[in-house]
Amino acid sequence: MVENRPWANLFAHAVLMVGVALVVFPVYIAIVASTLAPDELMRGTIPLLPGGHGIENYTQMWQSGVSSANSPPAALMLWNSFVMAMAITVGKLFISLLSAFAIVYFRFRFRMFFFWLIFITLMLPVEVRIIPTFQVVADLNMLNSFAGLSIPLIASATATFLFRQFFMTVPEEMLEAARVDGAGPMKFFKDILLPLSVTNIAALFVIMFIYGWNQYLWPLLITTDPDYTTIVMGIQRMTSEENPQWHLVMAAVVMAALPPVLVILFMQRLFVKGLTETEK
Amino acid sequence: MQTKRMTFPGRWLPFALLAPQVIITLIFFIWPAGQALYQSLLREDAFGLKTTFVGLENFARLFRDGSYVNSLSVTVVFAVGTTLVSMSVALLLASTVNRMIRSRSAYTTLLVWPYAVAPALAGVLWWFIFNPSIGIVPYMLEMVGYSWNHRNSGSDAMLLVILAAAWKQVSYNFLFFLAGMQSIPQSLIEAASIDGASPIKRFWTIIFPLLTPTTFFLMVVNVVYAMFDTFGIIHATTAGGPAQATNILVYKVYADGFIGLNLGSSAAQSVILMVIVVALTVIQFRFIERRVNY
Repeated sequence: MVENRPWANLFAHAVLMVGVALVVFPVYIAIVASTLAPDELMRGTIPLLPGGHGIENYTQMWQSGVSSANSPPAALMLWNSFVMAMAITVGKLFISLLSAFAIVYFRFRFRMFFFWLIFITLMLPVEVRIIPTFQVVADLNMLNSFAGLSIPLIASATATFLFRQFFMTVPEEMLEAARVDGAGPMKFFKDILLPLSVTNIAALFVIMFIYGWNQYLWPLLITTDPDYTTIVMGIQRMTSEENPQWHLVMAAVVMAALPPVLVILFMQRLFVKGLTETEK
Repeated sequence: MQTKRMTFPGRWLPFALLAPQVIITLIFFIWPAGQALYQSLLREDAFGLKTTFVGLENFARLFRDGSYVNSLSVTVVFAVGTTLVSMSVALLLASTVNRMIRSRSAYTTLLVWPYAVAPALAGVLWWFIFNPSIGIVPYMLEMVGYSWNHRNSGSDAMLLVILAAAWKQVSYNFLFFLAGMQSIPQSLIEAASIDGASPIKRFWTIIFPLLTPTTFFLMVVNVVYAMFDTFGIIHATTAGGPAQATNILVYKVYADGFIGLNLGSSAAQSVILMVIVVALTVIQFRFIERRVNY
């Protein structure tokens, strides 16, 4: 800031307070609703202060879920979401690191062809090719499995590009020194390239984990077995009931949003780095 | 495209390294996309027994079909609305946060977390506070004489999904605007304020013009987001209703294919969507090359 204007500062703080309040408001209401008894929600407009039934709502949601909506316990759904998110994240990082390594450190035929093939995946989000992709997964007998939930989503052009970009900045001397010392390609990859990429891997990990956790359309299509319900789609089932049990729905919403929000709050620097670099 | 000056020898290793990525891409991306292209040229009879080649008939039908044309215009309204709301709020917040020195990182933390909330959950949250019988916002609107009901009113429903979609996207735009503003040389701002320009004047004559590349980039990203990543918001709340008022294109592809089981039409819609993504991606990448040397 270049000058001191107390009134302008006050006004700026006021604007930001209003902004933060608007951003927090829907989640605050969700937290309030998750602490109320069912009849308190039926009585009309919901109160603005939390009630005293929080613990029992969360315990009920965690242990037994909402059976009328065919929704399993939140503990199971959270676990499913976690497994899916981790499988997608680790899978994406693994195959992207390998392919970026191949593209940067080798000269081989059809290199450009493969590069463009990977690039094309950027342009084909699941949403635009749902039915044929569903058919492929059904033909491979991967419906209702973690493999079906994660493998089709782990191809990643953005991660490959980011690692390629980063590998290009690694000094040539590293490779020369490694080769003089007699290191083979995989040894170089494991002992030199991977340790150098730790920050990039961590930043991408944050972004990919959130991406994986928040998947919605894909699990909705390929899982019918409640044992594989992820939390985000379980909530949709609960809200599409005739009379949703809002106190439990909101307890589930809070539990579903908490893990990725915590990841952002605790790894904000990595998150910002991952976000701004993957979008380039 | 360059490699390193010095590379590893190896005939098979690079292919082995690329194999996982390429196999997954071929099976789950290229093959289904090809299938969509192929199916968009076919028509299946009602029992799925006979398929006939109909050329571009599926596409011609779509554009004669009132509900598809409606879906196109709904998508445009939704995408423009979401982009405008989320970008203008984010710009206001970012330029205000940028004035702060000590509290900057605290405000940033408080504003970025909605990025982590799944679109479907964002939809449910807003659906709940706008719930006509127990929601808090309709209660307040009632006091000023407006009776809110997104179950009957198409415009209410549209406003609801735009708010939910924009709420989630503000944090993303905020981060990029803030980064853009911090890369503007401080000397320009100082020079202007020595010449007596007020903060608002400085914003419109210096900061905003220099942010143009960021703004343009975010416009493309936001349109892509509103068109393709918001399926969850629509599906978890309005389900395209009332009376198709929020039936955006990605939702319609799903509804026509999985609920209506009209494969030919759904495939044709997929192809149109792919063309749109390709166009947007090309715009984004061409533009980014210019952004580097601005």
